[in-house]
Amino acid sequence: MKAFLILEDGQIFSGESIGSTKDSISEIVFNTSMTGYLEVLTDPSYAGQAVVMTYPLIGNYGICYEDMESDKSWVSGFIVREMAKLPSNFRCDVSTHQFLKEQDIPGIQGIDTRALTKILREKGTMNGLITTNENYDLEEVLKQLKAYRVKDAIKTVSCKEKTLYPSEKEGTSKKVALLDLGTKHSIVRCLTKRGMDVTVYPAATKAEEILKDNPDGIMLSNGPGDPKECQDIIEEIKKLYDSEVPIFAICLGHQMMALANGANTQKMKYGHRGANHPVKNLETGKVYISTQNHGYVVETDSLPEGIADPLFLNVNDKTCEGVRYKKKKIFTVQFHPEACAGPLDCGFLFDEFMKMMEVDT
Amino acid sequence: MPRKNEIKKVLVIGSGPIVIGQAAEFDYAGTQACRSLKEEGIEVVLVNSNPATIMTDKNIADKVYIEPLTVEVLEKIILKEQPDSILPTLGGQVALNIAMALDENGFLEEHNVKLIGTSSLTIKKAEDRQEFKNTMEKIGEPIAPSLVVNTISEGLAFVEKIGYPVVLRPAYTLGGSGGGIAENEEQFLEILENGLRLSRVGQVLVERCIAGWKEIEYEVMRDANGTCITVCNMENLDPVGVHTGDSIVVAPSQTLSDKEYQMLRTSALNIITELDITGGCNVQFALNPNSFEYCVIEVNPRVSRSSALASKATGYPIAKVTAKIALGYHLDEIPNAITGKTYASFEPTIDYCVVKIPRLPFDKFIHAKRTLTTQMKATGEVMSICTNFEGALMKAIRSLEQHVDSLLYKDFEGLSVEQIKTDLHRVDDRRIFLISEAIRKGISLEHIHDITKIDLWFLSKIAALVETETEIKEKELDARLLLKAKRFEFPDSVIAQLKGISEEEVKQLRKEYGIAPAFKMVDTCGAEFEATTPYYYSCYDSVNEIKAQKTKKRVMVLGSGPIRIGQGIEFDYCSVHSVWALRKMGYETIIVNNNPETVSTDFDIADKLYFEPLTPEDVENIVNQEQPDGVVVQFGGQTAIKLTSALLNMGVTILGTSAENVDAAEDRELFDGILEQCGIPRPQGTTVFTKKEALKAAQELTYPVLIRPSYVLGGAGMQIAISDKDIIEFMDVITQHKQEHPILIDKYLMGKEVEVDAVCDGEDILIPGIMEHIERAGIHSGDSISVYPAKSISKKSQEVIIDYTQKLACSLHVIGLINIQFIVCEDEVYVIEVNPRSSRTVPYISKVTGIPIVDLATEVITGRKIRDLGYEPGLQKASEYFAIKMPVFSFEKLRGAEISLGPEMKSTGECLGISKNYHKALHKAFLGAGINIPKHKEIVLTVKDADKTEAIDIGRRFQALGYKIYSTSGTCKVLKEHGILAHPIHKIEEPSPTLLDLILEHHIDLVIDIPNQGIDKSHDGFLIRRHAIETGITCLTSLDTANALLTSLENGMKDFNVINISEI
Repeated sequence: MKAFLILEDGQIFSGESIGSTKDSISEIVFNTSMTGYLEVLTDPSYAGQAVVMTYPLIGNYGICYEDMESDKSWVSGFIVREMAKLPSNFRCDVSTHQFLKEQDIPGIQGIDTRALTKILREKGTMNGLITTNENYDLEEVLKQLKAYRVKDAIKTVSCKEKTLYPSEKEGTSKKVALLDLGTKHSIVRCLTKRGMDVTVYPAATKAEEILKDNPDGIMLSNGPGDPKECQDIIEEIKKLYDSEVPIFAICLGHQMMALANGANTQKMKYGHRGANHPVKNLETGKVYISTQNHGYVVETDSLPEGIADPLFLNVNDKTCEGVRYKKKKIFTVQFHPEACAGPLDCGFLFDEFMKMMEVDT
Repeated sequence: MPRKNEIKKVLVIGSGPIVIGQAAEFDYAGTQACRSLKEEGIEVVLVNSNPATIMTDKNIADKVYIEPLTVEVLEKIILKEQPDSILPTLGGQVALNIAMALDENGFLEEHNVKLIGTSSLTIKKAEDRQEFKNTMEKIGEPIAPSLVVNTISEGLAFVEKIGYPVVLRPAYTLGGSGGGIAENEEQFLEILENGLRLSRVGQVLVERCIAGWKEIEYEVMRDANGTCITVCNMENLDPVGVHTGDSIVVAPSQTLSDKEYQMLRTSALNIITELDITGGCNVQFALNPNSFEYCVIEVNPRVSRSSALASKATGYPIAKVTAKIALGYHLDEIPNAITGKTYASFEPTIDYCVVKIPRLPFDKFIHAKRTLTTQMKATGEVMSICTNFEGALMKAIRSLEQHVDSLLYKDFEGLSVEQIKTDLHRVDDRRIFLISEAIRKGISLEHIHDITKIDLWFLSKIAALVETETEIKEKELDARLLLKAKRFEFPDSVIAQLKGISEEEVKQLRKEYGIAPAFKMVDTCGAEFEATTPYYYSCYDSVNEIKAQKTKKRVMVLGSGPIRIGQGIEFDYCSVHSVWALRKMGYETIIVNNNPETVSTDFDIADKLYFEPLTPEDVENIVNQEQPDGVVVQFGGQTAIKLTSALLNMGVTILGTSAENVDAAEDRELFDGILEQCGIPRPQGTTVFTKKEALKAAQELTYPVLIRPSYVLGGAGMQIAISDKDIIEFMDVITQHKQEHPILIDKYLMGKEVEVDAVCDGEDILIPGIMEHIERAGIHSGDSISVYPAKSISKKSQEVIIDYTQKLACSLHVIGLINIQFIVCEDEVYVIEVNPRSSRTVPYISKVTGIPIVDLATEVITGRKIRDLGYEPGLQKASEYFAIKMPVFSFEKLRGAEISLGPEMKSTGECLGISKNYHKALHKAFLGAGINIPKHKEIVLTVKDADKTEAIDIGRRFQALGYKIYSTSGTCKVLKEHGILAHPIHKIEEPSPTLLDLILEHHIDLVIDIPNQGIDKSHDGFLIRRHAIETGITCLTSLDTANALLTSLENGMKDFNVINISEI
């Protein structure tokens, strides 16, 4: 079946429908990872967005359910050059096409994804409609596209109730409170694997409630949308900051911690989404390859002096990739040390978080 | 960290002659590294024995030594030049081994020279089997159960424990020389004995066979600060068991999930970190297709063939970055030249699929075993880029130039299903075609997978191509179907053939439907950042990325495709120099080529690089896009020349010699006419099409005759025939492929072969020098030792040669380069071959004479005159240096290949010996080719009856040098009759001990075995020669070569100077 991708600026790509055939309006973003499409599909940070994969051959190894980063797919659409007909991998459960159908995610294949990526690079992220309706009314569609905003995404993706994930290691364990702003399973796994009992709290949980449980450390997760949108959550994060509990934050959590301390964030032209971004640790000079998925960034210049120092820097565009809060046992990163998809190089940051919890104050 | 200031003068070691397992990739790496070092103000001293390389150009390094790559020579150069550092990681295994030897013998420490890039400790940890095993165990990286054995009994004991099949890998050899898989004791003993001998340290690794697992490679980079990145990963279509150099390889991996991809990536980074490598490194893994189990197969602590492929596949210049890291830079301080916005610490991501296919030499060695094993056999490779795997595969297949443009392979069409099922077990270079035939015949993908272990994903893609063939055949060729076929890169000619219409009709249909290729950019970053480097590939996608703005005149240079016997690295040298010359003259330059190993496909050589097959259709697409003002075909070997008429049909101007005149040189009748007109004699001959005509012609000319197809390179299919039987066998082989051109038969003259390269501007000619071959006519010029300046040609003959060259160049209206081969026989000069293009000898003559031949030819084809370029026409003054070009062979890699020399070329590379003294030059040339005797002072000498008289002199001279001579009865008798003490030795069929036993005892330095002419080589002689080669004994098959070697030995020219050719 034919499918169309209509962009906010009026450009139209025509291809073949994959997955669900329903219409979907969303923000169109591109991801440059060559593997890990399932992790992308199920990463809650993509809520409200349709993802274009720049690598043209997608679905080659099918879907391995155990690699899902959350319980369902959150993307609003999936755009690929070519979807594999016959996936091949010893763990493959279903084909990607089948998965998209199961998850009711509409998609399109057979379009020039490189050309589309270049448009997004040059004009910046924009909204788009994926549709199988050949008789669309362009004027009407464009009106809808202009009006579309990703809204209340955190509330949609966050868990509904507090859940405990026990440590996977024998012996005594630390207690970590994970504020779920749209967390990936991998963050939980990175913690439990290292011997932590992880309690996941819904995004709307009050700081007091978390602190009342006496966690040894607090983790702020990744998540979708504009960090400034949820002032209520930022206020709670400020309270967490004021406590003496060690905190480690990733991506959206990192941005909201910065906002809670008076720094500013801004929307990037087309963001960083991929598994190949070099980040430099400003304390050691060492560079790591990181997984990234963000459309907003903390303005380095806005970091409050004496309180927060840049910790990581993006080698390519020199944007802020991490912050250390000087007076506190807090550090935050913009990138994804839990990887999935992407390189496992930065997993040591979870070890550092653990060390921070172990040292007596 | 900024660069280390104590590094001021660096010695870069090249990789020597091209052999199987070590090809042009090291010229590419070395050239890039030298330029990168010079950019930093470093004084670069370069040594490489291979004169056909670009790296040995005066403008690449400050001091250039074309000298044998031996420890002694390196010591001389170090003493003379006093470099503070050596960069050993860019010249392949050869450079690494020499650097290790210099380190181990204490020379480097004594003279305060440091190894930069990677330390000797690191090299040892990665290369020494036991050390490597210990290191992997230390960091918990799995390797297949294995043991390093030093003796046969140790090996047997171990294999009893782990069971068959096992893989054997000798330590410190290149291209997996001497390795293999053994299924039983007999095979095990054979490979182990051979491997122990070939290994530099007498060690062979015996390990559990993991054949059938996925073979995955990672190219990783690391700096001194410990930052690591992966440039690219690659997946072999052929599972473990086939050397990666002989495998079809795809980048990036296709069948790995992120979990597997990252697991292996992390392992690769752990390994490079533990080995403390600074620079580029290649890690090979075997991955169990049914679990997360994996093994590390091998680590190369240096740039390699795979790193060249990874560089071209991603645009990331590994060698350049490796050189910068060696100077102390960190990855995040080295800008990415392609984007200008990112740094070398950014991992490339690609948005296309890359396929590499090896070029195997079985067209040259029809009797060699085609089976692919862990010992590499390919001489070169092609790479292709497309947005889908099917298209990339199709493009790569036609880039090979092996008469096949699709998955349709005539030889397999008639096979029965049962036969195919049996044959699928055979792993050889044609397996991909057999698989497609299997699919065509309805054999299930699962069944094919069970036999071949090739991943179902790849098989499903091959099936998609086969289905498309059927669709084209059976369905209406509408816009949808045609677009699908073109997206899968079916050439118009194949579509036409399937559909039963003409190629022109397919083209018309494409025009009608508006189906045209788009060109996309290779930018290292999947379009995330704007890139400015114009490195392009075509695909049938919608949006073309090339901006059509033309500010200056545009010239397109066609490259020479994959390295193969007869068309080697020298043509890349010529193509690159032509591009450089054109750029200097102010033209916008475009290069088209498909060989990932070469300098020409580096992204900053020409203004635009098209990584595309060199077929008429592919080239036409580029011509349509670029509308060049001229195209240059004379530097890209036969690959480019072959495209001449197609280019003319496109209405493109060919710079230099016109197409009609190219034809005139190749077309026998036209050429004979010209010779007659000029009064130039040639050996009598004629053209034929059929076996019957051939026999008649040969009988009339009287045997021996030379028989060959026209339009060939490297003497492909050329034979000396001594009887009707030879003619019949030859015609049967040659007519397997459709012959569009006639077969040539000439009287064979036994004289001296002489060769000239000349530049002609239409009026005047410039001859840089005359070369003379040591071997008499009948041995291909590429396999002969070539001496410049000619030593034994009379003044009178030389004048005739100059006169003939002038006449021929003018009559053929040559503009640019011409190569002519003559025979001087009893003071009479005959012309035997004319090539209106650049030749194999151009690079070496350029270097030794200091005359930039390609630059001059390039100026001339753009309309300038020799006199305007500061040169007097005619033969240039001879150099005061002798330069002797020695062919180098790779016979030990090709089981079953006949090694005796003849009119068909067999050498894979060459080296040079330079000296003011002829004998010293000769000695250096032999040394460079690895012929270093005496060791035991024992030789075997057996000759055919006709040569017995000449053998007497040879025997006498070896005896005088103190050699013990063994001969079989006939030769022995003759030698004894002439007072030479020859020791009789039994022929193979006689009772033991025979000649073979003697050879296998490892006491023989040299075997001189002169076979009969003609195709019918005796089986005994063949066995003797093969055993000699496989035992590592030098084997000569021409008395002329033996004579030259004797001359070199007699003059005992061990003491020689090293010569910086930039001062010549």
